Amino acid sequence: MNSLRTRLFVALLAITALVWAVAAGWVYVRTQRDVERVLDARLVEAARMVSSLAATGAVQGGQVRVPGADDELSHQLSCQIWSLEGRLVARSSGAPQERLSRVTEGFSETLVNGETWRVYTVPRPDVGLQVMVGDNLKVRRNLVRQVIAGLLLPAAAAVFALGALIWLVVERGHAPLRAIAETLRARPTSDLSPLPETRAPDELRPMIEALNSLFGRLQAARARERHLTASAAHELKTPLAGLKTQAQIALASDDPEVRQGALEQIAVSVDRTGRLVGQLLEMARRDAEAASPPSVEWLELDPALAQVAAELRPLAESRNVQLVLQPSGAELEVSPELLRAMLRNLLENALQYAASTVSVRLERAPQSCCLIVEDDGAGVGPEELPRLRERFFRGRGHNAVGSGLGLSIVDLAAVQSGFALELEPGTAAGLRAILEIPPARLR
Amino acid sequence: MRILIVEDDPVLRNGLQVGLGLHGFVAEAAESLDEARAALAAAAFSVVVLDWMLPDGSGLDLLPQIRACEPPPPVILLTAKDTVADRIEGLDAGADDYLGKPFDLDELAARIRAVSRRAAGRTSPLLEWRGLALDPAQRSISLDGVDVPVSRREFAVLHALMERPGTVLSRAQLEDRLYGWDMEVESNAVEVHIHNLRAKLGRSIIETLRGVGYRLGSPGR
Repeated sequence: MNSLRTRLFVALLAITALVWAVAAGWVYVRTQRDVERVLDARLVEAARMVSSLAATGAVQGGQVRVPGADDELSHQLSCQIWSLEGRLVARSSGAPQERLSRVTEGFSETLVNGETWRVYTVPRPDVGLQVMVGDNLKVRRNLVRQVIAGLLLPAAAAVFALGALIWLVVERGHAPLRAIAETLRARPTSDLSPLPETRAPDELRPMIEALNSLFGRLQAARARERHLTASAAHELKTPLAGLKTQAQIALASDDPEVRQGALEQIAVSVDRTGRLVGQLLEMARRDAEAASPPSVEWLELDPALAQVAAELRPLAESRNVQLVLQPSGAELEVSPELLRAMLRNLLENALQYAASTVSVRLERAPQSCCLIVEDDGAGVGPEELPRLRERFFRGRGHNAVGSGLGLSIVDLAAVQSGFALELEPGTAAGLRAILEIPPARLR
Repeated sequence: MRILIVEDDPVLRNGLQVGLGLHGFVAEAAESLDEARAALAAAAFSVVVLDWMLPDGSGLDLLPQIRACEPPPPVILLTAKDTVADRIEGLDAGADDYLGKPFDLDELAARIRAVSRRAAGRTSPLLEWRGLALDPAQRSISLDGVDVPVSRREFAVLHALMERPGTVLSRAQLEDRLYGWDMEVESNAVEVHIHNLRAKLGRSIIETLRGVGYRLGSPGR
């Protein structure tokens, strides 16, 4: 019973049937009692009538014919008039010969010739008679059954009508749900536009709102992905053009010096392009994890910095730049992967542009702690400073290696970690990158 | 033919400079708009190969200045933006041709020859003058249907003179066509090439106007 519709229908039908059955039982009992009371009253009335007739001497004896209709309700009562000595003075036609009751007054039930009779006896000691009026119980029960059947049959038919109506209402009630399902099923995968909320019933609105919010997030993620893919394709075209041109030179030239030069350029370009692809993948990973950042743990900052510094030593040596790491002894609550991405790109960026020194230090303050990476290079003009985080933005003084993605990756990873990246001119020259860390995430 | 390459990617810039040099062009390179402006102000170029996106702005911003040169060199846009809309924008902005990255070096060389030919108002790829024929693509010269082997520099001198027969070119203008800025130029280099050409194609092929320059004459052995 996984269908909401079936479940609702069965529940409603079961409840209706139960209520109906209780009502029917109650009607049965009440009707039976009422009919018995009415029939008893009739016995009493008939017995009194006959006894008053007998008292006036109208009854002489023998058999009295009581005319009756063929109507089932007005079936013949049986009447006996007995003398006090026990002689049958008179009886109605159809009444048995045997005495209907041994009781001298009031109601009694007697088995006569295998049939049960309900009898009311009126004694008339003044005229020496006893009047008994009786009903055959078999006939009486038939009567009761007919009355009850007359009442309950239409009610039973009503249950079926109710069932059909309930089914119809439940069906109609689910129409908006089916309409939404139909709309969604008919949609192409590219259509992530929100569902209309205006005509939806109140109960469906939360679900539609949740769906629309999901659509919104999916659309944003897809747009980011599309933009990254397009940018990636675009960014890779220039290095590919360089590679192809240099390869064509190497193939076409007979001059060993020219060929050597072209091959060296190819080697440089392959390194750079490899780095670009790595950063693109890193960016794509950051984008993909934007909705669910990786889990955090407490990490020591100094070893993490030392590891990244060791990886970047070839770069530092080739550029003849000194990397000064100030030990902090601090621990950060952060995802290892995100911390690595932030440190690596910050240090790499600083090393690329530094003139002689890159310094890394942690400044603790009660409100906010700052990890500061500063280089002493040419720095960035004030008009370019706000654009540094843009993807693929390369400053005026950019060098050959930069992909324009490093600081974008740091920014994305910082936001995912709950940190913030600030960029400002360095004290003397160069660029100062500040990673603001909430004090609660540092110890 | 002197060509200006404006491209910020160092590997591609180097590749274009060397590769187009192999195709017989004299290629100068600039890595930014500023450098390109300085180069355009300093010398005349036959063709400009221009990257669209440069670190200090859009390559299209350079087009007005290129158009202001006398004579204006044709421009080939070289860019990674190669949707139809981008092509339309680039051509409408005033570029003469458009090549999407990555491209084939030989194709670029052919397009450079084609736009310079169109700029000179010629339709035939061959330059012809009184039985003398010069094929820029093959870099070959023939006289009355017979191939005449010439060196790269000799070819360049003859090419410059045959582009506008009757026009006088100074020694400095010819040197510009022959050498890049970073090359050492021997003081009598142009005279030596002209002497060699006269030996191969006849004395009267190049006329000397003392104190002014050189002009194409008539061939004959």
